[in-house]
Amino acid sequence: MKFLVCISNVPDTTTKITFTPDNKEFNKAGVQFVINPWDEYALTRAIELKEAQGAGTVTVLNVGEADTEPNIRKALAIGADDAIRVNAHPKDAFFVAQQIASIAKDGGYDVILMGKESIDYNGFQVHGMVGELLGIPTVAPAMKLDMSGNTATLEREIEGGKEIVEVNTPFVASCQQPMCEPRIPNMRGIMTARTKPLKVVEPTGDAARTEVAAFALPPQKQGVKLIPAESAGELIKLLRNEAKVI
Amino acid sequence: MSVLVVVECDGGEVKKSSLEVASYGSQVAQMLGTTATAVAVGEATEANLAKLGEQGITKVLHDAEPRLKDFVNGAYTKLIAAAAQKEDAKIIVLANSNIGASVGSRLSIRLQASIATNVVELPKTDGGSFTVKRGAFSGKAFADVKLDGDRKIIAVKKNSIEALHQAGKTAQVEAFSAQLSDADFADAPKQVVMQDQAGGILLPEADLVVSGGRGMKGPENWNLIEDLAKALGAATACSKPVSDVDWRPHHEHVGQTGITVSPNLYIACGISGAIQHLAGVNSSKVIVVINKDPEAPFFKAADYGIVGDVFDVLPKLTQAVKELN
Repeated sequence: MKFLVCISNVPDTTTKITFTPDNKEFNKAGVQFVINPWDEYALTRAIELKEAQGAGTVTVLNVGEADTEPNIRKALAIGADDAIRVNAHPKDAFFVAQQIASIAKDGGYDVILMGKESIDYNGFQVHGMVGELLGIPTVAPAMKLDMSGNTATLEREIEGGKEIVEVNTPFVASCQQPMCEPRIPNMRGIMTARTKPLKVVEPTGDAARTEVAAFALPPQKQGVKLIPAESAGELIKLLRNEAKVI
Repeated sequence: MSVLVVVECDGGEVKKSSLEVASYGSQVAQMLGTTATAVAVGEATEANLAKLGEQGITKVLHDAEPRLKDFVNGAYTKLIAAAAQKEDAKIIVLANSNIGASVGSRLSIRLQASIATNVVELPKTDGGSFTVKRGAFSGKAFADVKLDGDRKIIAVKKNSIEALHQAGKTAQVEAFSAQLSDADFADAPKQVVMQDQAGGILLPEADLVVSGGRGMKGPENWNLIEDLAKALGAATACSKPVSDVDWRPHHEHVGQTGITVSPNLYIACGISGAIQHLAGVNSSKVIVVINKDPEAPFFKAADYGIVGDVFDVLPKLTQAVKELN
């Protein structure tokens, strides 16, 4: 079975967010970039399923410029077999989805996995766009994925519960907790990752449908109003009479 | 040309987030000098759909196909696309829910529309451009996004828009069939499992949330969280370390990689306020932090705080709520 796992390169989760002076771009200076945490679930589960089947391949795909390669190598160190980088700045979800669909179509992948969303743009869109572009089912967000032959059983989160869904390959799923315990690379993986193939391809077209006009930070908080612990009940009165939220 | 609003229903009722979406859609329609039509998904009663008039909806399309009771991505996408074609909708508004985002992204390809999710304000239409404000960087920033093209899809974040209530107004409910075939139900769920929700309040829909962290010491102490939540009519939540050690189920985990919430009130009990947790809650209108460590970083993001032991403070709060009621 051929797995395609799409990963994005995002600022580390503890990063203080700042922007360039014109507020058009995220300020990358001094920021550590990591594999999108949601994508790590997709990557690890694909590797686990390949190992369980004893056959198949896991290909990692990233749409990004050359500075994303350290994290692509990290994905290879975790256990992916090979990687493809589409050499382009990821303009928007539509642009990225087109690149993924194009690679997927040519590569004949059975299962396409990715994280539910990226922690920087929080779009939750790419999986659905890829599914629709390829005309195959999408299950999002998936909390569990098991395979039996060409049939997958997934648990999909819904508000207040879950759906158990069965689909046949090929399909797209976006992943989230508690699908698996993401793996970290070991020394052997790091060594072998250096020799695994990483193919760089040019993008298919340059169409995007959205553009960020400006980023902004939320307004600063006014400061905390402290209530003494011994008169904790006063807080409830303040929440009703001052904040008017209860 | 019209605005189409996707209304999610559950157990016959229109979800609260969909009342907000309907209000958003009708205000956009007013800005553009047109009307807003809704298409209902899920199990809905005609009486409840007619009440969408209070949110400014003039007409509701309702496909009574019983298999649409539970979410089916293929069928929902086809139904909404058919409604959009029928109404010649240039703007489609959905909730930024698992259903809304799943369907919205597929629809954007099918209808060749631009899309923005996580939207928190009404659009701006200055000088021919169409711009929406959306949350980004896990709630740590906002982005003004220009949507191109003839058709646009907007997924509205919960609790970002005040629902309108224009008493006495009703919408016309119209039977609608999207001519769905068995193939459209290929990804229908084999089973739907609902989880126990404290007090029956869904966390993503809640106006009030009481949340616990490792400072609660163990799952056996969660009755203190639940007692306050019950008195307030709030949902319960937890931090990631708590769900990681199985004190509480995953669906209560709030944070960067869990559920993002934006209630009117978020009460954090025994949670220090790691940046990843803040990312999931910092769009709450009012944040209360209770922690015995005065240096806990969460106090910097809080509106109200109590430096004290949660085991001492929580019963006092619960008692005070009961006295107030």
